[in-house]
Amino acid sequence: MTDNDLLTTELAAMATDAPAELLDRVAARWVRVPGPLGDLYVASTDLGISFVRTDTAVQDEDAAFAASFRKRFARPLLPATRPPAGLGPALRTGRAGALRFDLRGSTEFEQAVLRTALAIPKGQVRPYSWIARQIGRPRAVRAVGSALARNPVPVLIPCHRVTRSDGTIGDYVFGSEMKESLLRAERVNLEEVRALARAGFHYVGSDTTGIVCFPTCPHGRRITAAHRHGFRSIEAAEAAGYRPCQYCRPVREHTDTDREVADAVPE
Amino acid sequence: MGVATLDADDRVRHALVADLDGGFAVLYEAYQRLVFSTALRLCGRWADAEDLTAEAFLRSYRALAAYEPARIRSLQPRAWLVTILLNVWRNSRRTAARRTQSVQLEAAPDPADPREDVEHAVQLSETGRELAGMLRQLPEQQRIAVVLRHVADLPITEIASVLRSPEGTVKSHISRGLQRLRELQAAAEGGAHKPARGTAGPANSRGGA
Repeated sequence: MTDNDLLTTELAAMATDAPAELLDRVAARWVRVPGPLGDLYVASTDLGISFVRTDTAVQDEDAAFAASFRKRFARPLLPATRPPAGLGPALRTGRAGALRFDLRGSTEFEQAVLRTALAIPKGQVRPYSWIARQIGRPRAVRAVGSALARNPVPVLIPCHRVTRSDGTIGDYVFGSEMKESLLRAERVNLEEVRALARAGFHYVGSDTTGIVCFPTCPHGRRITAAHRHGFRSIEAAEAAGYRPCQYCRPVREHTDTDREVADAVPE
Repeated sequence: MGVATLDADDRVRHALVADLDGGFAVLYEAYQRLVFSTALRLCGRWADAEDLTAEAFLRSYRALAAYEPARIRSLQPRAWLVTILLNVWRNSRRTAARRTQSVQLEAAPDPADPREDVEHAVQLSETGRELAGMLRQLPEQQRIAVVLRHVADLPITEIASVLRSPEGTVKSHISRGLQRLRELQAAAEGGAHKPARGTAGPANSRGGA
């Protein structure tokens, strides 16, 4: 019996290359692209964008980005030939809702938090408690903060648009200075948000429309000082005859029994 | 062939020591065919072979990330990868068995090999499909040994290290496996459209001596 007979030739002919796209199920790809503040390192898999770091967060070094990716995902990272589909437009407009994300490394709770944060429009902020209520876990405010801190794709999923209800901006993956810079680049009026919060107001309403908004909602920002009223809670606004804005969608705090009436916002 | 693959092994080891991620790309490029072909002929289904190959390479990367350079320099990449693949395959079968407890999966003809239809010559494809079905009728040790030796082109020494068996045992698995395949082929040719069935008695496949 020789090794060079027909059978072994047939067996050798059964060897087959793996499909070309199979490598992309194993390895992620990375690119460096211009972001809102400096460059961004972006890694993506066949399922979508999985990891984002600013150039400053990785000391401007490709190797440092690769190292932090490896530590978190334990998956090979190879250079991409082009950025993932839709990334350029998403960065230009600040709207990343159409992008595909690979959030396999996040828990179900974390994913719910991230999906909710993704819906916050550019130039607006929401409190941590709003996210907690949106995902049906009103008491889990702290856990929302932890989930956002673990956001693998910051800037694109805009966790920087989630701030504390006391008017301070809160923590951020890349430090609160970066968070403030990102919000200012989106023209959020942080001073006004802070002044309102200090006065105890988390919402503003217009007495001409009878609608109450988050202070950074474009409808809320349009209200002239003479017609603008601050509210502590949506319950208080509703008690005064206001209804929640359908664009920025503020929601009731079920725990809030406060029956406060509207006060004029201090200038 | 021997010299060429030795060079490939060396190139892979050097690339891995220099840079894990860049080296992984070299490793994948060099051995994807080996791993995928082996996976496909062991499990018999295209989609499963893709899963097994992806999982085996991912595990290999995770293992490499923890290895010291000295360990990488002494690695036998092909035998090492195939060992990982066999573990992944055995685990997947255990899980599948627990989930479905269906034996038919394993015995079903190979429906999912899209590339054989489009890319291989027609006659090769038909031989390949028949042969794939016959391979699945071999006892597991023989099937693994034949696939590693003749489909994946692994040298006997490396197969012995993968199977943790003496080289003599590996050789006898291979020759019994080939013998059985020849019998199955002869039976298929003789018996026209009858499904290929071994003509040999149990003594022939289990082997006494």
